[in-house]
Amino acid sequence: MKWSQLFTSSVGKKWVMALTGIFLILFLIVHVALNATIWANDGGKMFEAGAHFMGSNIVPRILEIGLIAGFLIHIIQGIMLELQNRSKRKRGYAANLGNRGSKWYSRSMGLLGTLILIFLIIHMAHFWVPNRSNQGWLLGPEISLYDEMREVFQQEWVVIVYVLGCFSLAWHLMHGFQSAFRTLGVSNKKYLTLLNSLGIGFSIIVPLVFALMPVSFYFGWIN
Amino acid sequence: MEHTSMNLTLKVWRQRNSQDTGSFETYEVKEVSEEMSFLEMFDVLNERLIREGKDPIAFDHDCREGICGMCSMVIDGKPHGPWKANTVCQLHMRAFKDGDTIVVEPWRANAFPVIKDLMVDRSSFDRIIQAGGYISVNTGNAVDANAIPIEKDKADAAFAAAACIGCGACVAACKNSSAMLFLSAKVSHLALLPQGSPERKSRALNMVAQMDKEGFGSCTNTGACEAVCPKEISIENIARLNREYMMAGAASE
Repeated sequence: MKWSQLFTSSVGKKWVMALTGIFLILFLIVHVALNATIWANDGGKMFEAGAHFMGSNIVPRILEIGLIAGFLIHIIQGIMLELQNRSKRKRGYAANLGNRGSKWYSRSMGLLGTLILIFLIIHMAHFWVPNRSNQGWLLGPEISLYDEMREVFQQEWVVIVYVLGCFSLAWHLMHGFQSAFRTLGVSNKKYLTLLNSLGIGFSIIVPLVFALMPVSFYFGWIN
Repeated sequence: MEHTSMNLTLKVWRQRNSQDTGSFETYEVKEVSEEMSFLEMFDVLNERLIREGKDPIAFDHDCREGICGMCSMVIDGKPHGPWKANTVCQLHMRAFKDGDTIVVEPWRANAFPVIKDLMVDRSSFDRIIQAGGYISVNTGNAVDANAIPIEKDKADAAFAAAACIGCGACVAACKNSSAMLFLSAKVSHLALLPQGSPERKSRALNMVAQMDKEGFGSCTNTGACEAVCPKEISIENIARLNREYMMAGAASE
């Protein structure tokens, strides 16, 4: 069996979604930890040092290519799978099973993912695009991401969109975290119990910390 | 014990053949005994329809004791009806109240086309089994059944997976119309036993390939299949299949 056959089978596609999903979960850990330095209350010094390293050093630059690939594969394959799966039942039911069989968020991964994608586009327009285009090679000298955050998060609608984005992320992770490991073949009860708890904790804590960032700037909790 | 009977309104899916668009028809069924099974209530209704010179409602059934996997009705949106770990034939009318309106639909999935009314064609499941859901045994003297030692826990887990009756409720309940619970039960029950070991890799690869060909959706681990399974097949089997398949695929030539 060729690699291409393996990864385009229904189970193979699950594996791709799970592997890219876990990769993106690892990215979230790095992202949330680096950004948490805004609460150092040092006028953004520590945050700027981190942002400068991530923006200028060659290692994160190379890893970023992998990150973009991971995002694109997860998003494109996710949308395609959602559409394919929906097409497998041409005529639906008059009465639906609904929450009697599964959790609403496990059935709404496509919708939640789309909401996260919309948030992601807004988010990248706010920070990633201005930052990467001002690395001294395109538009001008490096910009201060700390000042950018301070400015962007003064707008009420932006803060609301970011909080909603984090809310979608939380529910997406609530199913995705444990589901990814099931897909990779974890069937032992003791590991599944552990991963379930870990998944719930991660899904609450990480998006909550992310959501607190715009909220903290908006309410002026940061000096 | 006090005997009660009830009057019910049934909204039943009627479809002349696989080409027909089909629609719901409403039937008033009077004096239904609470001791009847759901299928017996349909028998009573059908006898009335025949007396009235109308076409009786076609539905699948065979053993009527919950072990053959033929009966297949989605009742008020739930495959096999409101009770847990139960088949339609073992669903009794005491599950309902006088005056209830019950919606009855066939399994819905492209891979299970409707033949007539509530009957669907599940031969896609047969073809998945033919693709590898068996073990090859040499002819000759029968081997002693207990010649191969099998760990009790493994035997129990294999037996729990083998309890799958292939009814297709998992597909009917799944938002993706995925057959993964069925397939994983079949792969697991053989993969857990030494007798299934020689064909372990080709079995997983061939059965998944056949499933994809039949037009079932892919699994997203929602767990709806497990919730409606009359034999309580665990979703853990799907995780085992994911592992079996990838190991086999990665190790193949």
